[in-house]
Amino acid sequence: MVSPKIFSQSTNTLPANKGGYCPQHPVGEVTRKHMAVRIILLFIHINAMKVKVLSRNPDDYVRETKLDIQRVPRNYDPSLHPFEVPREYTRALNATKLERVFAKPFLASLDGHRDGVNCMAKHPKSLSTMLSGSCDGEVVWNLTKRECVRTLQAHEGFVRGMVVRFCGTSFFTVGDDKTIKQWKMETPGYGEEEEPLNTILGKSVFTSIDHHQKEGVFVTCGQQVDIWDEQRSSPIRSFSWGVDSFSCVRFNPVETELLASCASDRSIVLYDMREATPLKKVIMNMRSNTLCWNPMEAYNFTCSNEDYNLYTYDMRYLDKPFTVHMDHVSAVLDVDYSPTGKEFVSASFDKTIRIFPKDSGHSREVYHTKRMQHVISIKWSSDNKYILSASDEMNIRLWKANAAEKLGLLAPREKAAVNYSQKLKDKFQHHPQIRRIARHRHLPKSIYSQSKELRVMKEARRRKERNVRKHSKPGSMPVVTEKEKHVVTVVK
Amino acid sequence: MPTAIKPHRRRSQPVGMTYQFLPEVKKYTTKMAASGETMLKKPHVGKKRKPPTRYWEGTEENGKNDGKKQKEGDNNKQTPQQNKKRTKEGGKRGGAGEKILSGKSDPFPGSAPVPEEKLKKFKRGEKGELPPRPQYKLRDVVVRSEAASDLAQKQNARYDLMLPEDAGFLEGDEDEDTCTISQDDIADAVDITAGAKYFNLTLSQFGPYRLDYSKTGRHLLLGGRRGHVTCLDWQSKQLMCEMNVMETVNDVKWLHSEALFAVAQKKWLYIYDNKGIELHCIRKFNDVLRMQFLPYHFLLATASATGFLQYLDVSVGKEVVAICTKAGRLDVMAHNPHNAIIHLGHSNGTVTLWTPNQREPLVKMLCHQGGVRSVAVDKTGTYMVTSGMDKKLKVYDIRSYRPLQSYFLPAGASCLSLSQRGLLSAATGDIVQVYRDVWGTPVTKPYMAHRAKGSVWGVHFCPFEDVLGVGHGEGFTSMVVPGAGEPNFDGLDANPYRSAKQRQEWEVKALLEKIQPELIGLDPSQLSQVDHSTWEQRHEDRVQALGFDPLAKEKFTPRLKTKGRSSSGKVEKRKKQVAHEDQRDVIRQTVEDRMKIDKERKEKEKKEAAAAGQKSALDRFRK
Repeated sequence: MVSPKIFSQSTNTLPANKGGYCPQHPVGEVTRKHMAVRIILLFIHINAMKVKVLSRNPDDYVRETKLDIQRVPRNYDPSLHPFEVPREYTRALNATKLERVFAKPFLASLDGHRDGVNCMAKHPKSLSTMLSGSCDGEVVWNLTKRECVRTLQAHEGFVRGMVVRFCGTSFFTVGDDKTIKQWKMETPGYGEEEEPLNTILGKSVFTSIDHHQKEGVFVTCGQQVDIWDEQRSSPIRSFSWGVDSFSCVRFNPVETELLASCASDRSIVLYDMREATPLKKVIMNMRSNTLCWNPMEAYNFTCSNEDYNLYTYDMRYLDKPFTVHMDHVSAVLDVDYSPTGKEFVSASFDKTIRIFPKDSGHSREVYHTKRMQHVISIKWSSDNKYILSASDEMNIRLWKANAAEKLGLLAPREKAAVNYSQKLKDKFQHHPQIRRIARHRHLPKSIYSQSKELRVMKEARRRKERNVRKHSKPGSMPVVTEKEKHVVTVVK
Repeated sequence: MPTAIKPHRRRSQPVGMTYQFLPEVKKYTTKMAASGETMLKKPHVGKKRKPPTRYWEGTEENGKNDGKKQKEGDNNKQTPQQNKKRTKEGGKRGGAGEKILSGKSDPFPGSAPVPEEKLKKFKRGEKGELPPRPQYKLRDVVVRSEAASDLAQKQNARYDLMLPEDAGFLEGDEDEDTCTISQDDIADAVDITAGAKYFNLTLSQFGPYRLDYSKTGRHLLLGGRRGHVTCLDWQSKQLMCEMNVMETVNDVKWLHSEALFAVAQKKWLYIYDNKGIELHCIRKFNDVLRMQFLPYHFLLATASATGFLQYLDVSVGKEVVAICTKAGRLDVMAHNPHNAIIHLGHSNGTVTLWTPNQREPLVKMLCHQGGVRSVAVDKTGTYMVTSGMDKKLKVYDIRSYRPLQSYFLPAGASCLSLSQRGLLSAATGDIVQVYRDVWGTPVTKPYMAHRAKGSVWGVHFCPFEDVLGVGHGEGFTSMVVPGAGEPNFDGLDANPYRSAKQRQEWEVKALLEKIQPELIGLDPSQLSQVDHSTWEQRHEDRVQALGFDPLAKEKFTPRLKTKGRSSSGKVEKRKKQVAHEDQRDVIRQTVEDRMKIDKERKEKEKKEAAAAGQKSALDRFRK
């Protein structure tokens, strides 16, 4: 609008007359002599001042028509944006509060079983399919439409374990009737009978089953760990290490030839499928119920233990666990990793589900409902968004993995806002006010009081130990860390 | 035991190096790429002179070299591979003078450089030290976040080049002082819209006037001493409301937007909306003389004749705190826009700094002999300008509370105001002087001057405009002061051209991120700093509870070895090898640094010597 150099045309004006001010001579004292001098001066330089004054054209800053979006010119100069940190902190605080407001993790309850649900299986190819086995031998299929698609009577008595083949076309079940059955994934056509593709009659009860990631090989456990070829009716290899019963066996999803199992003699045994004998085992203070391999870190696995804790081990160094995860107030029954390998979810006898970061000692989230009883089986969905829990009172529950997450498609601006607030929450997570709000969870009274009691007991034990150490010879009572406490020995 | 030493050596790589030179890495690679060709021409092995032949080179040469090539065998084979790799790298960066297919070379390869001072403008704090290597995860997080902030800084600096407006300026002829140029001349010289910003309102009945501009600079609020209160859109000269409150008016202030304003009247504090309707009469706030509004905290700070400093939260309408300053009548007040601290000037020559969180002043500065007449603080919170009854104008650095400059004004300044770009206006009697850069080199002459019709009662720079509002006994004068206002506003913070809808949206957002009064302190960025003391306290408590220090380093106990290797002498030796492990890195680092500096110095000296002195014939005898 304004050209930078504008030469004033007024040449013969006397500034003093117009309110100009001469610093050497306070106004009002301009004598005649001075005036004369200044007039002459002004005539000599034909007033060549340069001036530019801010003058914005509103058209550059206002939208042209009502159909346009508003113009928002930005200037990122930090001095125009004071209080950067306190404002960000306030935003982070608001984001944390909103997260708690929107934390509604429970999505659906899938009912239809007529007995407690004992096991579940994920479909490797289809996110919307999932299998469940109950105590009366039923296998029910569920879809994200939240309805049962197919029901079949698989076994007499409990269905102990089930697994879908890696290709997703068939699945295996084991039951209390000492059989392994292979079933087709497709629903039988009209008039066809529900019949297993294959049935293998074993010598003893099977408690768990898992399938190899790439080959037609599966593993069962019961009195011993058996490795089966799909084509044969007898195991190609059997492992036992002086134990009479195993509760769980799992293939490593990355190093596919490795296996781990939980035995009733409080041990976790590792195997290599290619070798004739087990690799090694670690014996702990109490029995482990199940274990799950980290899908991203081939050497790490987490086991759920009877002593209310979960333990993450590095299979190379079994002499002490990597992390001890505490928070449950009763035996932990099942555990499953998220597909990203960063978190896992555990199901407990205390009627709650907890989500742990893989390297943190305490849970980041706890889920419970009034009607949910002892949670027996738990699965984290392959898209990292949902958690499925199967419990005693015949229901399967669908939960969100991130309690405050908004489901469905997000607009780009929504996504950006979510990312921004997540970053802010991360940045200020250690501030006491924000941490208090982010950590706050409502718990059922029984669990709350029980955890308090456990805390008191633990503190008392620690105090006693401290006192003993104080009054004994220095060095005679070495400090045993929490990690070392729970491992008895490692056998190779 | 060499194995014990090895890890040290590895760790002794300067820890800070990779991080410090992070931006440099790029430079290095581009350099590599640029000089790639020349490097390749150098012989790979000492004997070889010519580079390996290529199929695209002439066939004659091929024939010549054939025999040689077979002789050299393995060494030769490796070079083409290396060559390929290097050119590939070079291709990514776009080395200087690199030729493209058409044969032309890019004269400006790579991204444009960002000027250093622009980068400095967007710098936020110094970079911290990286955590030691064993904490590799934390280290990774820190490195990533540093890289992200570097990128943001660079992008901001780049964007800064594209800002549409430039600041105003005024330059006289060689011998002409800019202060002799009158307002009429300026108004004549500039375009009509800018010229219209110089105007007078003759309001001789109810003056003298105090004034306030809204945060966006669009709206003007005038309060006459004898009760006349008016607000208007000063650019379009549209009157929003006008009234007489039939009481003495001590001060007027816009609240967060142009919809509300506060008027300090004879007895109580009143809040009006822009139609002039009285919304609240706040009886907790009596005898208010001066007011300041803290826009990001939604706090209205008032100073009263009874010596009380009170804070009103205007978003909820509650008094936050009332502080008895015990300093008598408070009629000098300013606020620091950088950290929201209130500055009060007192009749004994002191200036005190206040927050709502403390009953005592944070700082008490003796600034003048005799009373303080006016205080102003600049936008960045670095400088404070005060004027006193001793006719002095002083500039302080309020980060260190050091006096920077002291000026003597014959008449003394009654009102001070600082503009967004750091111009200072001082009113002496009926004359308004504008100074430029008072904190830098000592100023001898004002930048501009103007004589108002009556004695000046209030001056205020308009944000985002080159305008200085002057309230005086005969009304109001709007002065044009080129170079006063920030030329480029931020549309999400204060947008002078915002629509009603945009204002509503801004209001909601601003209310959502209202900063709590507890967060006001001398350093507003303190929240982002690591709280060491609390951590130490907590760690102490933990040690107390556990009975041992979980973070303590394990004492080194040498392993028992057989065949005489665990004799006490050997054990001592082994112990010595790991002793002071933590200090070794530091020592090694300092030694390396010193050596580096020494080397640089020597090289520099050598160069200087080479440049300065031609070789004399006697140099050959020098050692």
